[in-house]
Amino acid sequence: MTTFTVPIDNGDSVRIAEEESQRTLYPYVTGTSIVAIKYKDGVLMASDMGGSYGSTLRYKNIERVKAIGKHSLLGASGEISDFQEILRYLDELTLNDNMWDDGNSLGPKEIHNYLTRVMYNRRNKFNPLWNTLVLGGVKNGKSYLGMVSMIGVSFEDDHVATGFGNHLARPILRDEWHADLSFEDGVKLLEKCMRVLLYRDRSAINKLQIAKITEEGVTVSQPYSLKTFWEFSSFHNPTAGAEGSW
Amino acid sequence: MFRNQYDTDVTTWSPTGRLFQVEYAMEAVKQGSAAIGLRSRSHVVLACVNKAQSELSSHQRKIFKVDDHIGVAIAGLTADGRVLSRYMRSESINHSFTYESPLPVGRLVVHLADKAQVCTQRSWKRPYGVGLLVGGLDESGAHLYYNCPSGNYFEYQAFAIGSRSQAAKTYLERKFESFQESSKEDLIKDAIMAIRETLQGETLKSSLCTVSVLGVDEPFHFLDQESIQKVIDTFEKVPEEEEDAGEGEAEPEAAPGAAGTGEQGGSGDQDVAPMEI
Repeated sequence: MTTFTVPIDNGDSVRIAEEESQRTLYPYVTGTSIVAIKYKDGVLMASDMGGSYGSTLRYKNIERVKAIGKHSLLGASGEISDFQEILRYLDELTLNDNMWDDGNSLGPKEIHNYLTRVMYNRRNKFNPLWNTLVLGGVKNGKSYLGMVSMIGVSFEDDHVATGFGNHLARPILRDEWHADLSFEDGVKLLEKCMRVLLYRDRSAINKLQIAKITEEGVTVSQPYSLKTFWEFSSFHNPTAGAEGSW
Repeated sequence: MFRNQYDTDVTTWSPTGRLFQVEYAMEAVKQGSAAIGLRSRSHVVLACVNKAQSELSSHQRKIFKVDDHIGVAIAGLTADGRVLSRYMRSESINHSFTYESPLPVGRLVVHLADKAQVCTQRSWKRPYGVGLLVGGLDESGAHLYYNCPSGNYFEYQAFAIGSRSQAAKTYLERKFESFQESSKEDLIKDAIMAIRETLQGETLKSSLCTVSVLGVDEPFHFLDQESIQKVIDTFEKVPEEEEDAGEGEAEPEAAPGAAGTGEQGGSGDQDVAPMEI
């Protein structure tokens, strides 16, 4: 069993055990990849609706992309309960921002940096929020897309992906993304990435949502499925090249 | 104002609903040397009269940079002003650090006002004895605010505080309607002319005033002596009715010694009219 020795008053071993159990050690219910791109009018973000419990695809109706304030979208992979906690923090933040009622509002850049501070500080206390977050938004005509990991690594880019998306989707995006994609082309590109993830990521399910954010606001699509093709000839006799295997 | 039995504590109301200690704090602001602020849609200019304790000492700093997009000019107890400037810098930098974005000046002045209000409601504290002219930017452009020891704050197109500020205010009242659309250069000129009003007879020299500017796409900075003198030269050449005869000719540096009577600026401000701010 791996334990960290947290240097506190050594006389009370019961208290040490309690403190250990308060920290996040491993995730339980997790979401898989998020893929997001900047396009002509703003940002598009795609995710499936699955929540895995280890290797079981247990929950199939989890929204992993949410609108934040007027100008931003937040997508998360990793521990779902930590994502809900983050949504509560952001709720408080945007509420206080609205209460000022002074014509100033938090844009995607501010929220991204706030989240970076939160994630990094939690990591420093050895109690991370077990998520990789994607923050996209539009404010005053400028699109913004950034990412924060559970250890506080944070950056901006024209296209981002989390988890398996980094390995399977980013190469496609590096080849095929270009500035000023139309909405239709953007969706097609995201669907291409999501299809590859569906085929190859074991924790992906075939029920996805694509969210769009523009200067006008946020729209999250209804859940839908991708068409898949399983009739490849090699699937008919998969062991043709290696007799005896399964 | 005269002494009365309700003015010992800040936590004592008078029967007419006044807090005298707070009002006395506002008097302290009127004793400080003048500070002036003006703003246009995109720029804010803060200017002040340099006052020195004696001829031997250097003058006190009255304008502080809070951030690239916020500056503050103070009048009154400069020690209180220094402490509050440090608070403002701290708030500003903490916001920048967390959000990577400049703190909107409107929110900063509310924090400042709330801080001042606390001192009007604790028996073991005293109100800050300094008035602050805060100029800064937020999403909707340039703003100028005045923060009072009472914990109130107001937004202004142009304002002046400190001794003989009424003269400057009279000048500003005549011209403020044009400020919103003014160019930066005109705004600076108006600020220096307003400073001249508070000097009431003393020759206006660049060594007597400090001027600072900030704007959209222009971080807070001070104007150097040369630039100020250049602006002074543009209007000191034109003799106006208010000016004393014999002053204000076309000399680039004002003649020393011939500055006339009333040379001292700082001490003995009993001639300050008890005006309402």
